[in-house]
Amino acid sequence: MNKKKFTVQIAPDECKGCERCVIACPRHVLKMGTRLNKLGVPFAVPVRQECIGCGGCFLTCPEPGAITVIQLSE
Amino acid sequence: MSEEKVIFGRSGGFFPVFERRPGPIKSNMHYCPGCGHGILHKLIAEAIADFGIQDKTIIIAPVGCAVFSYYYFDCFGISAPHGRAPAVGTGLARANPDNLVISYQGDGDLASIGFNHILQAANRGENLAVFFVNNAIYGMTGGQMAPTTLPGQKTQTTPLGRSVSSEGYPLKVSETVAALDAPVYVERCALSTVQKIRKARLAIRKALTNSIERKGFSLVELLSGCPVNLKMNAQDMNEFLDNQMSRYFPLGVYKDIADSRDPINRPVGIYQPEAVRELLYPVRVADGVSESFRNPSRIFQSERRIKLCGSGGQGVLSLGYMLATMGKLRNFNVSWLPSYGPEMRGGTANCSVVLSRDPIGSPVVDKECNLLLALNQPALEKYLPTLKSNGILLYDESNGKCPDEVLERVIYTLPASDLAKQLGDLKYANSMMLGAVAVMMCDLFLDEEDKADFDRVFEEAIMDCFHEKEHVVKNNIKAFYIGKAKAKRIRN
Repeated sequence: MNKKKFTVQIAPDECKGCERCVIACPRHVLKMGTRLNKLGVPFAVPVRQECIGCGGCFLTCPEPGAITVIQLSE
Repeated sequence: MSEEKVIFGRSGGFFPVFERRPGPIKSNMHYCPGCGHGILHKLIAEAIADFGIQDKTIIIAPVGCAVFSYYYFDCFGISAPHGRAPAVGTGLARANPDNLVISYQGDGDLASIGFNHILQAANRGENLAVFFVNNAIYGMTGGQMAPTTLPGQKTQTTPLGRSVSSEGYPLKVSETVAALDAPVYVERCALSTVQKIRKARLAIRKALTNSIERKGFSLVELLSGCPVNLKMNAQDMNEFLDNQMSRYFPLGVYKDIADSRDPINRPVGIYQPEAVRELLYPVRVADGVSESFRNPSRIFQSERRIKLCGSGGQGVLSLGYMLATMGKLRNFNVSWLPSYGPEMRGGTANCSVVLSRDPIGSPVVDKECNLLLALNQPALEKYLPTLKSNGILLYDESNGKCPDEVLERVIYTLPASDLAKQLGDLKYANSMMLGAVAVMMCDLFLDEEDKADFDRVFEEAIMDCFHEKEHVVKNNIKAFYIGKAKAKRIRN
């Protein structure tokens, strides 16, 4: 079976640390990190490989380019 | 071979780099963390890019946090004064029906100072897509009470909570707009959970589709979070939107009649300066005289102040206008100042005309007038005291009788109304009075040279004033000559 795989990328310096994506993700892929970005806030990081590509994190994120959801196909 | 495809990413509706934003940060928006504006911006940008309408979309930036929205959207942008976005949008949408106008407004902007604007624009069914961001608070100024603040909600200006007995109830904009006939689409969404944001995304696309199809006015109200001012984290913010705000502002479609509406088809505007000038300003029918021409008679050497009075509908104002036009045609500086009651017919009406070779100081003639023209008795009695001691009185004797005490003045009379009736219409009375003016001028003031010129300038003035109604011109000129033949001097 050809199973689609997805991954989510966070641009650290575009994240303002509002945590909306963390609570929006149904698979708990994202978590707030501990390092600070250029804006001086902790940013979200993907911590699990279970992205289903729903795009919820992207939709709920107020920043235009902080989150990118990518489909990987083999 | 593995292939990567971006399925959700930065929208093409945004500039790739926010060059317009001052400061070093060029990829982020200026909004606070977790702000609903950012979410909505992304939905709009995505829709604009997907529909391929970037080169005809105009986003009107509101006053509020989103005032800098033109930093971000890769389409046209314009800023409007607080609450006036619907007025500006009306102009944009009507000036060019191909424009897709998005009015992006907040609750302080739309629901408070601009509430009448939005209602009127909605009621006219302007082809606008209005995105109304309702965050229950004045965000940009630091969290004061807005019209949409919930009962009991604490803000900077309601530290004990909004009291409905003092500040009233939150304003329900969507319900109000949906109650009007013209709007085609009204929906309230929330920018809280992903599921609701998806609904909002569809609503925004629907509103833009209506605009593209020229269906008219669409409004999408978006309950939006202001986590910084409300001092909430993301979770609490969503709960506030979904539980508290949505309870007072129920989500859902309030109106959707776009399918049953035909596209708006308004008359095409006129945008040629020549055509507008032709409509607004009378065509010069009179030949006039050269700019250096000056009438030689002595009377024209100083300022002449004329008062014309009567009741509304008698043609007092147009009589004054004709006199002013005569002055204009002979290179005088003129002023014409009408004054009338609120009623169009039957009330009192008067106007002041000043003719001068020098600049005119005041257009008001309320004393020391050189000529008083009265078309009825009450006006005659009222304005007689404003006549200069050596001034001349001219009145319509079919409507008035001169009081005895002024009989030693120079007085001319003419039964203008009676004669006008005989001619077929009372409206010719004013042109008849012009005839009386001509008689008076010829008797007392004009040199031979000016006498010859005078009839011509009267005719030119009448043609100029009635240039749109040719059939009237002839009769008015006829009336003028009748007046000239029948006017008589009754004393001195």
